[in-house]
Amino acid sequence: MHELIVIGGGPAGLAAAYGAWRDGLRKILIIERDKELGGILNQCIHTGFGLEYFKEELTGPEYAGRFIKLLQTTQIETALDTMALKITRSREVHASGKQFGYAVLPAKSVILAMGCRERALGSLGIPGTRPAGIFTAGTAQRYINIEGFMPGKRVVILGSGDVGLIMARRMTLEGAEVLACVEIMPKPGGLLRNVVQCLHDFNIPLYLSHTITEIRGSKRVEQAVVSKVDEKRQAVKGTGFAVDCDTILLSAGLIPEIELPTAAGIKIDPKNIETSAPGVFICGNALRVHDIVDNVTTEALRAGSAAAAFVLSEKIHD
Amino acid sequence: MVDVVIIGCGIVGAAAAYELSRYKLNITVLERENDVAMGSTKANSAVIHAGYDPEPGSLMARLNAEGARLADELCDKLDIPHKHCGALVLAFSKREELLLERLLQNGIKNGVPDLRILPRELVLEMEPNLSGEVAAALHVPSTMVVDPWEYTLALAETAVRNGAEIRLECPAEGITRIPGGYRIHTGKGDVEARTVINAAGLYADKIHNMVSEPAFTIMPVKGEYYLLDKNEGARISQVIFQCPTEEGKGVLVAPTVHGNLIAGPNYVPSKDCGDFATTAGGLAFVMKTARKSVPEINFDANIRNFAGNRAISDYNDFIISEAKGAKGFIDLAGIKSPGLSAAPAIAKMAAGLLTAAGLHLTLKDNFVDKRKRIRFLELTPDERKALVAADPAYGQVICRCETVTEGEIRDALQSPVPPRSIDGVKRRRGAGMGRCQGGFCGPRVLELLAAHYKRHFTEVLQDGAGSHVLVSETKRNPLCMN
Repeated sequence: MHELIVIGGGPAGLAAAYGAWRDGLRKILIIERDKELGGILNQCIHTGFGLEYFKEELTGPEYAGRFIKLLQTTQIETALDTMALKITRSREVHASGKQFGYAVLPAKSVILAMGCRERALGSLGIPGTRPAGIFTAGTAQRYINIEGFMPGKRVVILGSGDVGLIMARRMTLEGAEVLACVEIMPKPGGLLRNVVQCLHDFNIPLYLSHTITEIRGSKRVEQAVVSKVDEKRQAVKGTGFAVDCDTILLSAGLIPEIELPTAAGIKIDPKNIETSAPGVFICGNALRVHDIVDNVTTEALRAGSAAAAFVLSEKIHD
Repeated sequence: MVDVVIIGCGIVGAAAAYELSRYKLNITVLERENDVAMGSTKANSAVIHAGYDPEPGSLMARLNAEGARLADELCDKLDIPHKHCGALVLAFSKREELLLERLLQNGIKNGVPDLRILPRELVLEMEPNLSGEVAAALHVPSTMVVDPWEYTLALAETAVRNGAEIRLECPAEGITRIPGGYRIHTGKGDVEARTVINAAGLYADKIHNMVSEPAFTIMPVKGEYYLLDKNEGARISQVIFQCPTEEGKGVLVAPTVHGNLIAGPNYVPSKDCGDFATTAGGLAFVMKTARKSVPEINFDANIRNFAGNRAISDYNDFIISEAKGAKGFIDLAGIKSPGLSAAPAIAKMAAGLLTAAGLHLTLKDNFVDKRKRIRFLELTPDERKALVAADPAYGQVICRCETVTEGEIRDALQSPVPPRSIDGVKRRRGAGMGRCQGGFCGPRVLELLAAHYKRHFTEVLQDGAGSHVLVSETKRNPLCMN
């Protein structure tokens, strides 16, 4: 039986596994759904990572690489291309993948490090058509930075979260025209440095207190109608203007991926790495969305220590 | 020359193809879109109505009741996701209570089983999340919900297995009469047929007018919907209707076969048959009206809005007849609600009309009337272990939200009516239907499609023709070898 199973091999999972190893656990397994460790950092090829934790400026893959290297000095096991499908309160993990087929793996402790997902179009309730050319910013980032393909040439970005801001710059550098970044709130959602470096430096207009009120186009996006909103975030009639574009990127919020614990009836308190199930811990963006990865790392190391303390104290009781 | 050309492969065309594929006939189905079920069949309430609503004696009344019975059998035989959930028609006033009485009598005349009117207390006991304002309800235990895409697909696939041919992206652009039949001109060459079934849905009047005097007009009437996350799916267990009006059955709230909650539709004439845009006003109306039935619905859990067009004709019933002066040309037109419910019965009636027109129907002795699919999500852990051990592709999860595996997508790609787009995969296997709406699995499904069809990534479609996902490669692309 594993002493610890970590679900997710992104920054949180890597640091959590390392933290537990450092504190004395030896039978640790990381389950990762992608083909390699690193999680979303692998597609974040821009710099700005590690300023706090490593006191230097790294790209996403470099930041992940530091921890992957660190793990290579341990005997922590990893199962790549493997999806955790279910967990139980008694710390069984159902996982499916290339490495061991479908398996039910018992563990003395579990750390949930599934990260977060992006808010999709549906929850934004934008009227109009639903043609091709609407992507979350992160999906567009994957297509460009991992697959090597452009999702569009004339882009409107809805929301000013950091991923959206980064993608405004990235798509501009790849030759696309970013026509507008539209933010419903009166101030930008992302970090100030990203607003400056990704929008201002490229003369990309930022429309604060605006939103997209209609999407047009039958096959592929043809227009986004942008309107001003009032204090209640309701569109102001008569302020709408149509922007000709072929792509809409959504950067309108991140949502912790907590379907696994929720389905198991495990309760999460966003301020606490302990869950309602003994020996099941949670950290990183699955717990709450963090602004910078360095904070994810610190929290995940703590979760790793907590899991180690839990397992080792159980041992003493045995 | 083939025996039958069916124009349109929505639920009606697919049901006709399935029904006729029992017989020794050459059948060709022409579909203008790149997939089946792309018109009214794609976007509706997904309800198999019991049949209490249509006017007794009408075609709609007879074919609805018969069609619902047949649908139940078909769902079992052809492995079509469905749920025997039943329905409640709510009355909020004395006047509406009287209406329930009329629906009850209608239903009894139409042969709908087990109908009864329940008092407020029993209604709320059955469905505690309904509005306290409810006065009474008609309970309709035989109402079902179904997956309309899968329903159409199952019929179309079975027809193909039994020898029918489906030509996608093949719109009928004109029809000329030839000795002993018709020549249908399509964008991809001519097809000659002894008989023709017009199942063109929203375009049925235009097809009819190619061979006969104008007899009816189809007016697309839009219905807009919310599809909510599965965490809202348990709010009610039955289809919740309000009392019907002249504008149809009104806004319903219903569980879907996949465990989501659906709310809609409104009733607004469309600009044209291809107008599937939702509107701020329409969605607001649906939200407000749905809350009249189920006040606590959390619309923040919306995962998708969509709109469909009803094929409403200017004739107050289904139009199921031979076109005037056009022997062997059968219109199945104006198939509005309860068309999804009636479809298999409509198909049987069409077969009768073809016989009357002189087509000889002889049963095949080797008719395949079975279909079975692997659904990883529904298997027990032990079944999953065995399946993945035998074929590792079933262990590779592509869509996390809906737990869809590579093996299941491969099955779809190798099926008799394979998907040609990312949404085609979604409609068949559910990948991308969940709360993240394809954010995670989209690129992976795109890759599988590109590999299967040996296409460049930029050629893969989101849905219909022209809906490309990617426009070009990035500037320098050392990772991409093709």
